[in-house]
Amino acid sequence: MTDTLFGRLDLSSLSLWHAIQTPTPSELIAAGAAMAVILGGFGVLALLTWFRLWGPLWRNWLTSVDHKRIGIMYCALALIMLARGVIEGVLMRSQQAFGLHGGFLTPEHFSQLFSTHGTIMIFFVAMPFIAGVINYVMPLQIGARDMAFPVMNQISLGLTATGAALVMISLVLGQFSTGGWANYPPYTGADFQPGPGPDYWIWSIVLAGIGTTLSGINFAVTIYKERAPGMQFLRMPIFCWTVICTSIIMVFALPPLTVAALMLAADRYLDFHFFTNDLGGNMMNYVNLFWLFGHPEVYLLVIPCYGIFSEVIPTFSGKRIYGYMSMVYATMSIAVLSFCVWLHHFFTMGQSANINAAFGIASMAIAVPTGVKTYNWLATLFRGRVRMTVPMIYAIGFFYLFVIGGLTGVMLANPVISYQVHNTLFLVAHFHNVIIPGVLFGLLAGYHFWFPKAFGFRLDERWGRAAACLWIAGFSFTFLPLYWLGLQGMPRRSATFSDPAFQPVMWLALFGAALILAALTCLAVQLWVSIRNRDHLAVPLGDPWNGRALEWSIPSPPPAYNFAVLPQVAARDDFAMAKADGRTFAEPDAYEDIEMPDNTAIGMIVCVCATLMGLALVFWIWWLAVLSFAVMLVALIGRTFRVVTTHVIPAAEIAAAHRAWLARVQAAPAVSRRDETRERNRGRAMLERPTTPEAAE
Amino acid sequence: MTTSNLHPGPNLGDHHGEAHYGAEAIVFGFWVFLMSDLVIFGLVFASYLTVANQMGMAGGPGPAEAFDLRSVFVQTMILLTSSLTFGFATLAMRCNHGRAAIARWLAVSLLLGIGFLTLELRDFAHMIDVGAVPQRSGFWSAFWGLVPLHGVHVASGCLWIGVMLAQMAVLGMIPAVKTRILRLGLFWHFLDLIWVAIFSIVYLGGLMP
Repeated sequence: MTDTLFGRLDLSSLSLWHAIQTPTPSELIAAGAAMAVILGGFGVLALLTWFRLWGPLWRNWLTSVDHKRIGIMYCALALIMLARGVIEGVLMRSQQAFGLHGGFLTPEHFSQLFSTHGTIMIFFVAMPFIAGVINYVMPLQIGARDMAFPVMNQISLGLTATGAALVMISLVLGQFSTGGWANYPPYTGADFQPGPGPDYWIWSIVLAGIGTTLSGINFAVTIYKERAPGMQFLRMPIFCWTVICTSIIMVFALPPLTVAALMLAADRYLDFHFFTNDLGGNMMNYVNLFWLFGHPEVYLLVIPCYGIFSEVIPTFSGKRIYGYMSMVYATMSIAVLSFCVWLHHFFTMGQSANINAAFGIASMAIAVPTGVKTYNWLATLFRGRVRMTVPMIYAIGFFYLFVIGGLTGVMLANPVISYQVHNTLFLVAHFHNVIIPGVLFGLLAGYHFWFPKAFGFRLDERWGRAAACLWIAGFSFTFLPLYWLGLQGMPRRSATFSDPAFQPVMWLALFGAALILAALTCLAVQLWVSIRNRDHLAVPLGDPWNGRALEWSIPSPPPAYNFAVLPQVAARDDFAMAKADGRTFAEPDAYEDIEMPDNTAIGMIVCVCATLMGLALVFWIWWLAVLSFAVMLVALIGRTFRVVTTHVIPAAEIAAAHRAWLARVQAAPAVSRRDETRERNRGRAMLERPTTPEAAE
Repeated sequence: MTTSNLHPGPNLGDHHGEAHYGAEAIVFGFWVFLMSDLVIFGLVFASYLTVANQMGMAGGPGPAEAFDLRSVFVQTMILLTSSLTFGFATLAMRCNHGRAAIARWLAVSLLLGIGFLTLELRDFAHMIDVGAVPQRSGFWSAFWGLVPLHGVHVASGCLWIGVMLAQMAVLGMIPAVKTRILRLGLFWHFLDLIWVAIFSIVYLGGLMP
């Protein structure tokens, strides 16, 4: 009877229960993490109740279909998960620092840590953060009112949150997979891991992955169909070009992951033999499917960050981007090549030398368009009026560190070297070296760059600089030593080691991890300080950095309908051009009614049902799985019977708001670049022309 | 090519006014979704082909013991016919032949879809009888991963037709209903295309000496 009701969920599934039974350090840390999740969850609920925020939260955020609010919620989710991911990373570095012949964590616990750390950082930090920035920025840059499919956008967010929730729940109930973020069978098959661990991985990935596929469709269609009049493809900001490449990757690369994970689920739940050792199963099929997703995935992550740097660097150099067309070609080339290299993830698994050579060359070829981009960014800085604001500090750190990461990537693309350093910390150093400076620095630069647009006030500059410098130093101390360790043969994913020579280097890496933790703390303090000082940091007029694209031509935060009148785009970098020509901030001839989509609860219904379904599947509670799926299906079909799903904002209301803002802009003094990080900056930038003809290029 | 072609495939035409122009982004988005779904089928096909050999069958039954080509041929004819009848439904909508005509062709397509599924389930039962179950070997796992995946798609299509018939009755031929039928049509024809590949690669390919 209890089996029917609760499946395989019982008292021993609670990690707290284990800690009470056997209070070893490993169990106590696990129990502490579980308590943090429980107390954190209840803490949030209590605060929401105490400040009576449930109503506003529901009305303004959870049921909103506004791409800007959805984008902010994605970023908030990513930052919360980033905190967990960083803490796990620090814990792993601590374990290895003490790991000579032992350490304080069991190998089992350590394996769970690197599995959740990888899964979280890729799927629930980098991807939601990117989806958040794209959601917020892209429609503003192309002059659209919203995404092409606003309700589907909300559902995508709901499914991403579902995946994140399942990973968080795994701290409290049962345990996570020990199979790494790639979760290779047959090790993750039912024979070797009968517990719920790999099932958590499967369902969090599948549900979040479906959300991401839908996001990709949404982004692509939005760019193809919703551009403002005159916004030709070759007038789009580079960031939008990177978004279209990323969304193409989302549409084509996420399905392999879904297929691989569902086949693994069939193996585990229904005794299929897709990837088993026996009866004709073939685990190489999994590896091919997974990396057919996994390799484009890393470009999915980094390409939009290239786009962010391509917005930040010209803006803070006071120049247009150097080599626009070559940037576009380079981005497209990288997106295409990203599908041609997946096999370099298993050079050592027994295919012929010719195949290895072909994929090795394809992998190295990616360095060419990436190099083109790097030179273009450098050329953009050349003779520009460069201001070392926080996003630029991240950009400079990116230049140095990402090039090192890229070069070690070219080394690894050589199958011979790949054999030599296979499964060592060299690889760990390499992919952190591209993902942290490439993706995370890019996202943090974008966070500082567009935060004033989203909230109407700037982030505190001093704390931001401290955080950026700590990130750069912390990254360097943590991961550059791992190259040396890897070359000396220290295996990855190993809780302990036996060579005393490694120990001082491990301590160095731990020191770096402490710096990263300090960087994260600085970011948190910065947010707190900035919110407290928001009146001094306010930039409501909308253009604090002398921006170049359309998103800076509207108030901060923008109204729900983005543009009072859809812009007529005449040039690349249209807003910068308009400022130069003096055609900005003119009152339009006429205002029109704007039709906007209504709020809806469907995304939250999907999120709650999908979370329950995932949990039910992990613990074999079949009735709940069927029930929650049925509720979700009925809700989705039921919604299609609603005829009226939009409301109209009257022209008079839009005109009043727009005229008031225009009046404030006209009245405000224009601020020079020297003062852009000072209180005097209220968001009306003075146009400063470059002084030399070379710089005008 | 006329300027009123707003998206690939059958368009509603200018005389549908708002529904025609409103379909642009929505139907285009559905094409993108279908491309994504096509990737899924492509990968499942590829996985099938890697184990469609003696090693993948692991000493278990092979296609010759389990496939009934006559039944599969009948299924193929039924499904192809349903695509034709769905085409008639789309044409009836495009030419404003009225709700009854559209509903009639949709209902015929639905019945054919259900007929296809019934025969397919009968085939599956036969396969289970001869021991060609997914638990038997990697080959049968791949088969049961591929062909029923198409079946589930057809079942979803049938459910979708049912929902559309209900919406036509409740809401009438409003623009939203029209664009949904357009998308459903794309989906239905897409399933036909996949089936042609299944028939050729799995059934004919499997029974080739």
